[in-house]
Amino acid sequence: MIPLSWYLALAAILFCIGVCGFLTRRNVIIMFLSIELMLNGVNLNLVALSHFLDSVRGQAFTFFIITVAAAEAAIGLGIAIALYRSRRSVHVDTINHLKG
Amino acid sequence: MFLQLFFGYCALMIVVSGLLAISLRNPVHCVLMVLVLFFHMAGLYLTLNAEFLAAVQIIVYAGAILVLYLFVLFLVSLREELHLTAFVPNAWLGRIIAAGLAVGLIATIPAFSLGEKGAWTVAAIRGATHTKALGQELYTSYLLPFEIAGLILLVALIGGLVLARRDENGADTPESGADGKEVLR
Repeated sequence: MIPLSWYLALAAILFCIGVCGFLTRRNVIIMFLSIELMLNGVNLNLVALSHFLDSVRGQAFTFFIITVAAAEAAIGLGIAIALYRSRRSVHVDTINHLKG
Repeated sequence: MFLQLFFGYCALMIVVSGLLAISLRNPVHCVLMVLVLFFHMAGLYLTLNAEFLAAVQIIVYAGAILVLYLFVLFLVSLREELHLTAFVPNAWLGRIIAAGLAVGLIATIPAFSLGEKGAWTVAAIRGATHTKALGQELYTSYLLPFEIAGLILLVALIGGLVLARRDENGADTPESGADGKEVLR
């Protein structure tokens, strides 16, 4: 039997890898991928807690998170394509036209 | 013993491929590393008796979302993304923040205690099969969130169509040089 704390530690590490990627990379698509990594860390947490609490509530949450992740990927990548069309670049440093 | 070994293997692969995914230069390699990571996440879900979620992880995440990422990466030209300049001070600040967050989160794990247990024990889930257990919860307790999830998917579908639609006025002319490369700071 694997203790719960292993899963929680792995989920925390995965989440922080996602945070690191989000903060350090400059490519929008890799930043979206980092968000997916963070969501996966949260999913692992929810599924592990759901298993150890004898409940399927966390797994239902995970199901919805996967749905939202799919929607986020579709919309985010659509925005990336639209930005690339108008700017020919997907680096966030060059997308600052909304700055006052 | 086998479970611990399997968990160790999956955890090692997840951490390594996650680190590679955020550090490799070529975005296609990053996406492929995330693909490896998702397969091992599915393996971990199997150790948690969540077979349906493991299948969904592979079908939806690896099969749909990552393929979408790959499509977008191939639509957006790769040459510019290989031209990343080094943001060393910012990057190290980000790494320090992430490492601090990891240390803080892991340090709080021993103080964590489980709440009260629910009705779906492992034996109950095995008796009813995991898909049926999850479906019963989804279609009874979580019916309204389920409908909202469907609405979110519809919004994503329409939004993706609208965003990716080409302008009819032919406003799609490249502004950069003949080699399609823009000078980046």
